Amino acid sequence: MTEKNCREEIIFAGFGGQGVILLGKLMATAAMKAGYEVTYIPSYGAEVRGGTANCSVIIDNEPIASPLVTEPDTLIVMNQASFDKFVPKIKPRGLLVMNTSLIETPPDRDDIEVMGVAADEIAHQLKSPRSANMIALGVYLKKRGLLTPQQVAESLPYVLAKRHHDMLDVNTRALMHGG
Amino acid sequence: MSEKILITGNEALAEAAIRAGLEAYFGYPITPQNEITEYMARRMPEEGRVFVQSESELAAINMVFGGAATGKRVMTSSSSPGISLMQEGISYLSGAELPAVVVNIMRGGPGLGNIAPSQSDYFQATRGGGHGDYRTIVLAPSTVQEMADLMFPAFDLADLYRIVVMVLGDGVLGQMMEPVLLEKKQTHRKLPAKDWALTGCAGRSQNIVKSLDLVVPRLEKRNLMLQEKYRRIEENEVMCEGHLLEDAEIVLVAYGIASRVVRTVVSRARKEQIKAGWIRPVTLWPFPSRQIAAAAERARLFLTVELSYGQMFDDVRIAVAGKAPVHFTGRAGGAIPTVEAVLDEVKKLMQPGKVAVER
Amino acid sequence: MKTVFERTETLYDRPTHYCPGCGHGVIHRLIAESIDELGLQGRTIGIAPVGCSVLAYNYINIDMIEVAHGRAPAVATGLKRCSPDMIVFSYQGDGDLASIGAGEILHATHRGERFTVFFVNNAIYGMTGGQMAPTTMLAQTTTTTPTGRRSNREGYPLQVCELLATLPGAAYIERCSVHDAAHIRKTKRCIRHALQLQLDGVEGLGLVEVLSPCPTYWRMSPSDARKWLEEEMIKVFPLGRFKG
Repeated sequence: MTEKNCREEIIFAGFGGQGVILLGKLMATAAMKAGYEVTYIPSYGAEVRGGTANCSVIIDNEPIASPLVTEPDTLIVMNQASFDKFVPKIKPRGLLVMNTSLIETPPDRDDIEVMGVAADEIAHQLKSPRSANMIALGVYLKKRGLLTPQQVAESLPYVLAKRHHDMLDVNTRALMHGG
Repeated sequence: MSEKILITGNEALAEAAIRAGLEAYFGYPITPQNEITEYMARRMPEEGRVFVQSESELAAINMVFGGAATGKRVMTSSSSPGISLMQEGISYLSGAELPAVVVNIMRGGPGLGNIAPSQSDYFQATRGGGHGDYRTIVLAPSTVQEMADLMFPAFDLADLYRIVVMVLGDGVLGQMMEPVLLEKKQTHRKLPAKDWALTGCAGRSQNIVKSLDLVVPRLEKRNLMLQEKYRRIEENEVMCEGHLLEDAEIVLVAYGIASRVVRTVVSRARKEQIKAGWIRPVTLWPFPSRQIAAAAERARLFLTVELSYGQMFDDVRIAVAGKAPVHFTGRAGGAIPTVEAVLDEVKKLMQPGKVAVER
Repeated sequence: MKTVFERTETLYDRPTHYCPGCGHGVIHRLIAESIDELGLQGRTIGIAPVGCSVLAYNYINIDMIEVAHGRAPAVATGLKRCSPDMIVFSYQGDGDLASIGAGEILHATHRGERFTVFFVNNAIYGMTGGQMAPTTMLAQTTTTTPTGRRSNREGYPLQVCELLATLPGAAYIERCSVHDAAHIRKTKRCIRHALQLQLDGVEGLGLVEVLSPCPTYWRMSPSDARKWLEEEMIKVFPLGRFKG
């Protein structure tokens, strides 16, 4: 937190079950524990069931007034439908982390930085197919460096339901993988 | 607990209510406030307190009526359509002067509308909402921390004035997570004994909790007593905050989630040399009319920003009383005014030489 | 001199506002006597409904609450859950309980709430001036069935005891009548029994339905009204215990 006005607005998006809501909570929790101000807003209710899920997170070293993210600095996107919906909203010079396992077309924007990661394939290789979300987050953390993957992994026990704590290790490995 | 935790607004509110001494919760599921009901279902029995999932909002508010009559601290929570159903009971609570806390996590309307955030129940909340001449105290949190903190004055004000206190949030505040410090926030109010409560008449004369009075002069007198109470509340219980008002030419007025959009707008406007300030009512009733009137002595114009089509706008106009033009910008049906759109509106209004016309 | 009648302590000594031949006054007395016999005056909360008996608290000297039309079972739920040591009863008419409050009584019974309901069925809306109730008899003339109730237009008389007795949450359901002295004595035993069950902490709701005459809106003399109740109403609303 040495930088002044360090502020990052992130949207996490995918389909229900890909764990994007968990990514948002994880990132927000880790940032809070690192001393940042954070806000987290999920999509909720009927729109979540069976369809796309997304959440937005703001990390700031100053108090956050508006918690609403209209133009994210970063989009971490896990499927095609969410890609189509959110890519146009990314701020110019923003960052796109996309899951190339499930998104085939490259974005038709040349004013953003694009990082593709075959998150599902890598997760399969790690024998943890449900950790594709952590692979994508790891790629983002390596790029932005706001928090280290280790810092984020330390917050996993707080956001992962107790019945899934057998997945703490594989998720930590997926986070550290970095694409 | 002295460490901040990341928690939703709904859960923060629920936990704070328990810490504020809530003894019975009655509620019916409706999005976007189900987390409150579910949290209560888990935590209230742990504390040995009462939780009932009612068969309807109508039943929930009447269970609140019964619970409140025994002198216990009681509450219910719902969202817009459910709050409409509760209006009958809120009128009866007000007529019988029973203390209760009602939480409305507003969603898009009218009708079934949608489950996205809204502030379109302002009129309903601040004008009483049901039949008869009555008011409810309306508290409007704007952060998850405040969702928790305002529950303490909510219960104390309800007991102090024997009145319904409505906590008016919206879908975003209910669903969003922010770091929260959960503490027991004492308000240090001296609360009157509940000698009116139904506890069995052993050793005293019969207590009757009612709102019916068929004798016109008596019911009129009762109404005048209620009005006198409402004047006392207006005199003593206004809560509001403001910023950058000393030299503000344009004052933005917003509450709840809209007030956070407005804070960002004002700081961006200042960077562009626009003298903007903001006022945020924390109590929507009693409304901070005096604070707004004071700002109207200096400001050139006002802009209210709401997730509705101009409801609080009316109260701001009444407070400003023609001293300055009052403008409105807002969206509803689940949409939220963006920082960019509100900032554009501010710039448009502040164009040099522009003659300000209302709305 | 031999005392043949004594006013029970929980009943106020004041003139009645009920019509001649109305059953409410009798039922109030039976409740008050039962409360005194069980020694419950100081620990009972009663609910006055919307209807002719809305002013019940002017006659029964216990802590009382007046509630919105039909909502008594929800209010009773709040009272009893918050004060489990108190004896809670609602006093409801047929419009209140069987029409506007049908949802509340059904679900309070369904949850097995541990309070007592005194349900007064006089087959008519009294306070509003003689309109049709759910329990109005077929062919009975009311201000909203001026040519008589017809099943193909207004449906059949609603049998509350039969309906609620099907629910596991009902502990005790009985129908009685106050059309003559013998039945008044029987009604008293039912009321007392229902309160005793609550006092004993029996799980589930107790309901006593009382058939009661309304000479004014039946447009009959008090004696004809009692006769009509006995000869006609009991055919549709048979007396007896349905549960417990």
